[in-house]
Amino acid sequence: MKADPAAVATGVHFIDGNEACAEGAIAAGCRFAAGYPITPSTEVVEHIAKRFPKLGGVFIQMEDEIASSICFQGAIWGGMKAMTVTSGPGLSLMMEHVGLAAMTETPSVFVDVQRGGPSTGLPTLPGQQDVMQVRWGSHGDYEVIALAPNSPQECFDHIITAFNLAEQYRVPVFFMMDECIGHMLGKVRIPEANQIDVRERKFTERPPGQYLPYEIYSGDQPEMVRAGMGYRIHTTGLTHDARGYPEMNAQAQDKLIRRLCNKVLDHTEELTLCESDQIDGSDVTIIAYGITARVAAYAVEQARQQGLKVGQLRLITLWPFNDRLIRDVAQNTRSIIVAEMNLGQMVHEVRRAVGDKVPVHLIDSAGGAIIEPETILAKIKEVVS
Amino acid sequence: MSDAPTNSTPTNPVEKLLRMERIPHIWCPGCGVGTSVNCFARALDKTDIDYDNLHVVSGIGCTGRVAGYVNVDSFHTTHGRAIPFATGLAIARPEAKVVVYSGDGDLFAIGGNHLIHAARRNIDMTVICVNNFTYGMTGGQVTPTTPYSAKATTTPYGNFEDTFNLPNLVESCGAVYVARWTVYHVRKLIKSMTKALNTKGFSFIEVIAQCPTLYQRRNKLGDGVMALQYYKERSTVQNGAPTVDVGLDYQSDIIVGEFVDKPRPTFMDKYNTRMTEILGNKFVPYEGVK
Repeated sequence: MKADPAAVATGVHFIDGNEACAEGAIAAGCRFAAGYPITPSTEVVEHIAKRFPKLGGVFIQMEDEIASSICFQGAIWGGMKAMTVTSGPGLSLMMEHVGLAAMTETPSVFVDVQRGGPSTGLPTLPGQQDVMQVRWGSHGDYEVIALAPNSPQECFDHIITAFNLAEQYRVPVFFMMDECIGHMLGKVRIPEANQIDVRERKFTERPPGQYLPYEIYSGDQPEMVRAGMGYRIHTTGLTHDARGYPEMNAQAQDKLIRRLCNKVLDHTEELTLCESDQIDGSDVTIIAYGITARVAAYAVEQARQQGLKVGQLRLITLWPFNDRLIRDVAQNTRSIIVAEMNLGQMVHEVRRAVGDKVPVHLIDSAGGAIIEPETILAKIKEVVS
Repeated sequence: MSDAPTNSTPTNPVEKLLRMERIPHIWCPGCGVGTSVNCFARALDKTDIDYDNLHVVSGIGCTGRVAGYVNVDSFHTTHGRAIPFATGLAIARPEAKVVVYSGDGDLFAIGGNHLIHAARRNIDMTVICVNNFTYGMTGGQVTPTTPYSAKATTTPYGNFEDTFNLPNLVESCGAVYVARWTVYHVRKLIKSMTKALNTKGFSFIEVIAQCPTLYQRRNKLGDGVMALQYYKERSTVQNGAPTVDVGLDYQSDIIVGEFVDKPRPTFMDKYNTRMTEILGNKFVPYEGVK
């Protein structure tokens, strides 16, 4: 279905990524948000707090991120589309409820405007250091979806993607912004509502008595209901059976956890969003995401002007990680540079996928400042020489 | 699902609230949690609440398992976080009654911060706290309500910390209805539960209950029956008692009763009032998922 015209701020705006994210969430149908103030993400919920009362939505500033990250799940089971918004330290506090969302198959969107860490780290300065945390931060085996926008426009566009994927896959979806993207002002074109595809929550059509909340009737997803529909459902963070009742043994665990993981992993190709440019026959290909990909694009352009054969792959989907995509790159380029604002996180995934096919170099940064295009250009020259 | 019995065999009136296919429950013989659930079922029966619009949320622990046995939409969440989950659920479903059913450790130790803020905000929910003075599920550790000198596995020489006075804490945070009963006082507890369920805003009932397996045994206090005898002999009903006076000591007298009953606008009432004042006809109130 399409977005609600009464809610969509159609037009061309000069706004930052945080505000664009808020507007995108609104366009996607989000009408509940719970959050706790944390730099550099706060403007997202500030904007939401201003807009929601005029749209029939409710924002609640909770007492901490632990509360925020489960409060919005309560609203989701009440039938609303909802999100929470945070940055590194808050994200660390939310990890238990990432696991709960994965286990209870709650269609949840976590916005993470990344800053430098660990601990309080660099509250006002950028980082890309949460990439592995969103994948592995909660205990146990589970899968998530993570998207990394690289502009205010993509903050609008892809937060809608994030909401739609959350509804489709019923998993935690992370929207991995960073301080630069969050505070970057830019032109954001918000289309007419009838141009925005919004995935509504699909509720079961089975009558009560012929429905189990975690039974797989078709495909690889259970059918959802919300509280109050008369189904008398039960959900639990414990290992459970199709009824949602605790069933704690190795067999039930194996069945459930493999399904929770495979319902994402089996759709890796469909979930892959990326941009690739002139990789075939290149001497080196830069792989980057978020703000670093934006910087890298400039460096790549400079390098090409100097006659170098440089390709670029910009990852928008970070998780699930698409090994096939990276192997294809390795088939068609002579070397790879991964640039990221951490001391090496996604580079491990890239190296794992590539094996020893081509050398994989890393441009790292402990965070706090974007990686300069000159740094990337210098590395390109070093690698191709 | 119909609430009506399916045959003419007399049924226990509490059964319609229970997921009978999950009985027997996990609680130990002599445990007080089940008695409280029995009272809850009977209390519900005395209200007009449509069971499809009743939601029970629990945290983790022995009492945290209540959500799994009640035949309504029920959510077994994470340790200490039933209240923030219930907050989101209550806001999303203004037409529903949301009940948080959990234990003293879950609600007042790990979940203490959420509890005080939900009371302050006057979120429309009923919190039923089964206080058995111990962490049962993990084997009998000290909680914020374990009385001075009582033994727990993590206080082998007797507890030396001061305790929370639950009614006083909750009242001072803004709860609109506060009561305490023991599981001996089943009729009064049912009456209080009925009242709490019919009260708008943050209502709270402390249910003092025995844990024969851990708390009673470790402190040589006998079995469940002996606990009930203690509750019977040492409890005094003092409705309206100042909550500051109702603190508990080890095997002390227990003041029970309805302590607080003072309605005030809920979180959503205040939200709607404020937004209407400031935004006028630009305000679009949230009226539930269509």
